[in-house]
Amino acid sequence: MLNKELKNTSVNLSGVILDNPVIPASGTFGYGQEFARLYDLNILGSISFKGTTLEPRFGNPQPRIAECPGGLINSVGLQNPGLEKVISEELPALGRIYKKPLIANISGFSIDEYVKCAEAMDRQKQVGIIEVNVSCPNVHNGGMAYGVDPKSAAEVTNAVRKATKKPLYIKLSPNVTDITEIAKACESAGADGLSLINTMLGMRIDIKSRSPVIANKMGGLSGPAIFPIAVRMVYQVAKAVKLPIIGMGGISSAKDVIEMMMAGATATQVGAANLVNPMICRDIIEELPVLMDKLKINRLEEIIGIVQ
Amino acid sequence: MQTTDFKITANKAITKDVYELTLSGNLPDITPGQFVNIKIPGCYLRRPISISNWDNEAGTITLIYKVVGEGTEILSRKKPNHSLELLLPLGNGFDTKLTTENTLLCGGGVGVPPLIGLAKKMLVEGKSPEVVLGFNTKDEIFGVEKFQALGLEPRITTVDGSFGIKGFIIDALKTVNFDYVCSCGPVAMLKAIYSFVPQENAASRGGALEKNSEIGGQYSFEARMACGFGACMGCTCMTKEGYKRICKEGPVLLKEEILW
Repeated sequence: MLNKELKNTSVNLSGVILDNPVIPASGTFGYGQEFARLYDLNILGSISFKGTTLEPRFGNPQPRIAECPGGLINSVGLQNPGLEKVISEELPALGRIYKKPLIANISGFSIDEYVKCAEAMDRQKQVGIIEVNVSCPNVHNGGMAYGVDPKSAAEVTNAVRKATKKPLYIKLSPNVTDITEIAKACESAGADGLSLINTMLGMRIDIKSRSPVIANKMGGLSGPAIFPIAVRMVYQVAKAVKLPIIGMGGISSAKDVIEMMMAGATATQVGAANLVNPMICRDIIEELPVLMDKLKINRLEEIIGIVQ
Repeated sequence: MQTTDFKITANKAITKDVYELTLSGNLPDITPGQFVNIKIPGCYLRRPISISNWDNEAGTITLIYKVVGEGTEILSRKKPNHSLELLLPLGNGFDTKLTTENTLLCGGGVGVPPLIGLAKKMLVEGKSPEVVLGFNTKDEIFGVEKFQALGLEPRITTVDGSFGIKGFIIDALKTVNFDYVCSCGPVAMLKAIYSFVPQENAASRGGALEKNSEIGGQYSFEARMACGFGACMGCTCMTKEGYKRICKEGPVLLKEEILW
């Protein structure tokens, strides 16, 4: 008989201790309300809530979703009610159902917008970590534009660093030639950690109508299809920097969590899988100690980056 | 919302590419107009399909769907006794409290199925609706006998005139007396009904805009979805009252809130 109590699943993200490394990824979990009807969210390691921008955003035109083998393309375009409403309405509502430190995912269209969001999130007691999205492929003149060039990634990091004392994680784009260059630039500019990977730019065409499936033509590919790429990039970045990494990209099982941690991730985020199985995070958390037992792992932290 | 395994009891073609799927399992409370999101082996995303009819006592649910792509094609080949995992019930359905004694139900193509459950519920509540169903051609007609079984006689339109009234649903409305409308079908059809209804039925013949407020209604929309339960913002549309998710605040929207 497995004694789950003997298995230590806790991990440490820059001083924020998580009970387990399973975190729903930003944009796939809203503000938790829909999932709270299915299970107690307090079992989660943390929650990275829907990306916040300074101003409210409707997002991109319809359709925004395309099915792909082993995943989906989305082009939601950072739809969110804006910083003010997130702080006055969504965070208090989430606070009533979730009591652990949150990850505040923020985006901007200028350095000033990133800074304003970071300053406001810095004042929120509920927020444990600030995750700066410089990698959204679905908005122009922002998001990914900052994450595909080491110099601009460093500029954002540096500016946001001055705006918060909370642990600062930069969420990186896989749509680059060498992700380690961007990672190193963020490390030098004062980041406490890195989140990777965001979605990969993709496209589908409806061969009957001879037009793109997504209204915005291209969008971000997520799901199991990108998992091997995510593992490879986490592995490369873990070897290139000393920062803790939140690994993500197609994680759908406890096995994937272990694999991502062995590649170098301290914690993991589950994204697309929430959309097809709303119970997936709960299932993974229940499965983790069982799998640890099979693999003779007592403390999850002992496997972080164990692959040479 | 719950995820439940259902067993297929029947899955048969009722026209060339429209199938009727009956499943048995533990049913939650359902409102007409709500939908299920089905896990289809071999596909990543679930497929949202409106609930046509259900029987809480027998524990059965009926879905009528059209084969439009890979997912529904796989679904059409599933045989009885096979299990399917459903996420249900999803979305906001039709509010029968708002309907009247003289309500018109309009369904176009695969917009017909949810109106069967709606008609059934309205009859239980003592309201007997008028039903108009629109199809492209005679061979695509389905569902008529379901309404007849409830004691209703739907008027049928076909675009090519091969059966019933030639033309679109609005071509059948001139002779129908109603003061409320519930509709499901392609957006172009919904929009045509919305624009047409008040002009032909309002007591006074004032300006068109003025008359739009005279006959109330509920319109059910389709959208390309990922999660189906409000998490991904994949199906958001703009309304007069701000952003709404077709999967969560919809698929049925009130006339007053729709931006056409």
